[in-house]
Amino acid sequence: MAGTTVAGAAGTAQHTADPFIVDGVHLGSRLITGTGGAPSLDGLGAALIASGTELTTVAMRRYSPAETGSLFQLLVDHNIRVLPNTAGCFTARDAVMTAELAREALETDWVKLEVIADEHTLLPDAVELVDATEQLVNRGFKVFAYTNDDPVLALRLENLGATAVMPLGAPIGTGLGILNPHNIELIVSRASVPVVLDAGIGTASDAALAMELGCDAVLLATAVTRAQNPAMMGEAFKHAVIAGRLAKAAGRIPRREHALASSAMEGRAEFL
Amino acid sequence: MNITLNGTVHAVEDGASVTTLISQVTGRNLAPSGQAADGRKLGVAVARNSEVVPRSQWFVTALAEGDDVELVTAVQGG
Repeated sequence: MAGTTVAGAAGTAQHTADPFIVDGVHLGSRLITGTGGAPSLDGLGAALIASGTELTTVAMRRYSPAETGSLFQLLVDHNIRVLPNTAGCFTARDAVMTAELAREALETDWVKLEVIADEHTLLPDAVELVDATEQLVNRGFKVFAYTNDDPVLALRLENLGATAVMPLGAPIGTGLGILNPHNIELIVSRASVPVVLDAGIGTASDAALAMELGCDAVLLATAVTRAQNPAMMGEAFKHAVIAGRLAKAAGRIPRREHALASSAMEGRAEFL
Repeated sequence: MNITLNGTVHAVEDGASVTTLISQVTGRNLAPSGQAADGRKLGVAVARNSEVVPRSQWFVTALAEGDDVELVTAVQGG
């Protein structure tokens, strides 16, 4: 998905000139945020606005009358598109049911499909993930598949009709960054659907790296919501994603073993 | 009559519709379309006996004694 030209000298105009297009929808930001871990709705709202995100994930849980404020309404009010997820589902059956409920509740056929193997690692269960992707695509969902950093599995999901594949950088909430950049590059090089680096991001440079590896977007939650200053970190990620995208398009220099002087050796003054 | 709502016993009028139940629990008035009458987003979905009840069917779906109802909404997560 690389090769997009990024024009313009001004530092801020690019990301509108370089939209993230997914399922025919133009998003002005390549940062997708999650909402888990924020201590308050107000704080969360401020962080989301600072991050510039236009797409945000939410979980589906039992309605509680005690809950004050509506997260969904907050997103609607800020023109942020909602991406419901199937967080907490361990089987394809549960994930499909959760997706169906989300489609009814939030009036979108987009779903971030998350089918995890166990609570300790939160790693995707590949077998259930493949099963659920197939079922959801058949039911008309646009599946954003959260997957392992496995190039073979990513291609399988794409072939099943996933709208986007979302390999993890590291396990959810760890902030370990991108543990296998080579695999992420391999996934990107073979994908013809958007690739979104999802999970494991710790700080801004991790997001920039994801974009430099050729990812189309980055999805993160904890790195912002649990930062000491979530709004400031949200803003940092906004810039990181743009910087990484630009660097990828600009073409980095090759790595070399030895130094290469950038100043000419000829014409130096001589001191006796 | 009693139904199970989100895992606990819940009393509703005999023959109450899904719309009546949602109104009662959320304190919001609903149009027959299943949208909130105040024009704001309701953002909830209902499964009855493990089957999703589409919003358009809430008004015409009567609950029965012993029904197992899950009422869900969007929360922070992921």
